Amino acid sequence: MSNDIRIKKGLDIKLIGEAEKTVEQAIISNYCTVRPEDFHGVIPKLIAKEGTSVEAGGTLFYDKANENIKFSSPVSGKIVEVVRGPKRRIDALRIEADKSQSYKDYGKFNVDAAKAEEVKEHLLESGCWPFIKQRPYDVIANPEKSPKAIFISAYASAPLAADLDFTLQGKEAELQAAVNALGKLTEGKVHVSVGKNSNSPLAGLSGITLHKVSGPHPSGNVGTQINKIDPINKGEIVWTVNAQDLVIIGELLLTGKFNAERIVALVGSSVQKPRYFKTSIGSEVATMVYDKGVEKDGNDRIISGNVLSGKQVQADGSLDYYSNIISIIPEGDDYEFFGWTKPIFNKLSISRALTFSWLNPKKEYALNTNTNGEHRAFVTTGTYEEVFPLDIYPMQVLKACMYQDLDEMEALGMYELAPEDFALTEFVCVSKQPHQKIIRAGLDLMLKEIG
Amino acid sequence: MSLKKKLHDFKVKNKDKKWLPAFSAIHTFLFLPDEVTHGGTHIKAADDLKRTMNTVIMAMVPCLIFGMFNAGYQHHIALGEIQAATAGFFSPEFWSMDNFFVGFWKILPLVIISYGVGLGIEFIFAIIKGHEVEEGYLVTGMLVPLIVPVDIPLWMLAVAVVFGVVIGKEVFGGTGMNILNPALTIRAFLFFAYPTWMSGDKVWVHGAVERDQAIAAGENLDAISGETILGTLAQGKEVAYSAADMFLGFIPGSVGETSVLLIVLGGLFLIFSKIGSWRIMLSSVLGAVVMGLIFNQVASAGIISESSKFYGLMSAPFWEHLLIGGFAFGTVFMATDPVTASQTTKGKWIYGFLVGFISILIRVFNPAYPEGVMLAILLMNVFAPTIDHYVVQGNVKQRMKRLKAKTA
Repeated sequence: MSNDIRIKKGLDIKLIGEAEKTVEQAIISNYCTVRPEDFHGVIPKLIAKEGTSVEAGGTLFYDKANENIKFSSPVSGKIVEVVRGPKRRIDALRIEADKSQSYKDYGKFNVDAAKAEEVKEHLLESGCWPFIKQRPYDVIANPEKSPKAIFISAYASAPLAADLDFTLQGKEAELQAAVNALGKLTEGKVHVSVGKNSNSPLAGLSGITLHKVSGPHPSGNVGTQINKIDPINKGEIVWTVNAQDLVIIGELLLTGKFNAERIVALVGSSVQKPRYFKTSIGSEVATMVYDKGVEKDGNDRIISGNVLSGKQVQADGSLDYYSNIISIIPEGDDYEFFGWTKPIFNKLSISRALTFSWLNPKKEYALNTNTNGEHRAFVTTGTYEEVFPLDIYPMQVLKACMYQDLDEMEALGMYELAPEDFALTEFVCVSKQPHQKIIRAGLDLMLKEIG
Repeated sequence: MSLKKKLHDFKVKNKDKKWLPAFSAIHTFLFLPDEVTHGGTHIKAADDLKRTMNTVIMAMVPCLIFGMFNAGYQHHIALGEIQAATAGFFSPEFWSMDNFFVGFWKILPLVIISYGVGLGIEFIFAIIKGHEVEEGYLVTGMLVPLIVPVDIPLWMLAVAVVFGVVIGKEVFGGTGMNILNPALTIRAFLFFAYPTWMSGDKVWVHGAVERDQAIAAGENLDAISGETILGTLAQGKEVAYSAADMFLGFIPGSVGETSVLLIVLGGLFLIFSKIGSWRIMLSSVLGAVVMGLIFNQVASAGIISESSKFYGLMSAPFWEHLLIGGFAFGTVFMATDPVTASQTTKGKWIYGFLVGFISILIRVFNPAYPEGVMLAILLMNVFAPTIDHYVVQGNVKQRMKRLKAKTA
């Protein structure tokens, strides 16, 4: 059996502002922010109180629903503020970083000699567990259950995505250690997908099943790969880990240090010189975006993550727990005279309704955040299917989520889905429906009702 | 202060007013809104519903203009004032300003009534329900004048539009929620409420009804007969038009339905712009061809006699069915309505095929009214969700099978 995955349906959104392949050390961030909202569905119970000090890798809080899942501090320093929202919900923990970093020592870990339970214990204790997510529901993995397989996508196809071949080069030892550990946690396989013509550091790992992926976005989405390799049935669980997070897990196993360092791409048409930075989780975006980046008072949107599924952050915001990319694009809060009917050359479209992006498929665009139209009921059909490679009916699933029919959601394949799988359908949606939000709400409902 | 700024300030100042959707409808017509994304994707593709609807309207404009010329042309021919066109599509007898203005002054009021009444209702409902005015009626409003006889009294059209928009669409929740194609609902209402104005041999040519009334009043004039080809065939009479006339559209019929040439061009434009579903169009033609061939076989095998009242339509060659009546127009512009058609890819094939198949079936067997496209599409509109249901169930079953194979 060939392990190649070829995706035909999809859309590569080519944007201006791809990162140049140079890495700069970002200015060390004075403050580090950890936002519990990055961990969907987790209700944090604080261990570290305001005013106390933590080491890098020290536990900040744990999950109220499962006390074993602990969340570690990316830096060593003093917790200066616990930002709370309505009903005393914890919005963020702000940590003032020490000038010289000290790491909590979890000790070198011999993966080969360890049993599955010990590996699990070690990852939970050290705060590496949150990097492991599960499907169904796209939440942090439940450590009490065992997955049928683990999926890692080392191929990024999203617009302006950081090139994982580049950011992970030289990290083979860490990646191998992490993959070995993960391999102990499942009875099934560890599937790793790399780009077809790539030179991925993950391609040479042992103990994995390698897949070569080609085709347009969302071919790099792990959800697409799961669907093509070993789709999730009712009652089954798979785990997924971002390739760059394997490095953190691997380093912890090899050295005992929780090192939240990460190479991040600064991209987008608003950025003067798009390039890579070495920084760490939770760093202020201001440490990266202004030097040869954006104008200080420009009308731009800073996104932690990619332009399809990332989170908008303010200029004083910070890098979120999972992203390896900061995208900056112009805001589109302006009117356009007869914009709905005039021929369009500078925006992307999959139709040819006086939109001319089909003339030049290689062109790169500087898209802004304008919605290009107002929110409407679902009208057109067949558009989502053009960019949706899973063997699932996208519009029917969305509607089932909207009218909250659990049986139908289950029957139509919700267990396989995560919001990011609906990013492209949301992008092309003529009715400007919030697909990812609808799917997230649907998954949350299922998690609550079915579990 | 620019217009852009003025309108924006006006909108902000009145953002709590109930009538704001009415203003917004005009505002968003002039300017693409300044709305930005929040949550979800940060960028969006260029198309919105206005652009989609506008593309369909553009595809219909040639039919409308042709309809204006044809209305005058049929009128003048019936009066014996001009000769029939002989020089192909660009015959000067057809494309004369005389013809155009007769049609223009007859059809423009239809367009105005259709849009005026329909959009008026849309505005009222938008204000009552507090949502934006949706674009669905832009296409419906254009379809309506194209699928009625040219002499239809304006008040009838207005009543039908009110019925079609309120009962056919708004009670279901507006654009995107309706089960039946609103334009066809309007036509069906006209057809069942005022059948004498929707069928027969008097209504298809401008002036025929008037002339009839004058004759009845005792004036000594020749009656104008403007029967459609379907009407002629249904009566088993000889058709006076060539296939070229039918294809080019120099025949009597509803305003915009006659020119198959322009409808095909419009259809190709819709397929090219990826707005119309080529699957529905193609499968509908296939369905009609299959049904036509079956009838041809029945007729040539001598299963029915020449005296049968169905013989005329049954023996008409199958390809002729594609050229006459409203088949082409219905297939391209009405069966493809994404809201009321099947929504799944497989479903579209089935739905389209049955639209074509049943169109010809009803056309031949309906004794009262020799056209079946309207009824076939409405019927299939009702069945489209059922077709989709079974297509989706197929997908669900596959998933169940996968699970069983795993656990077995």
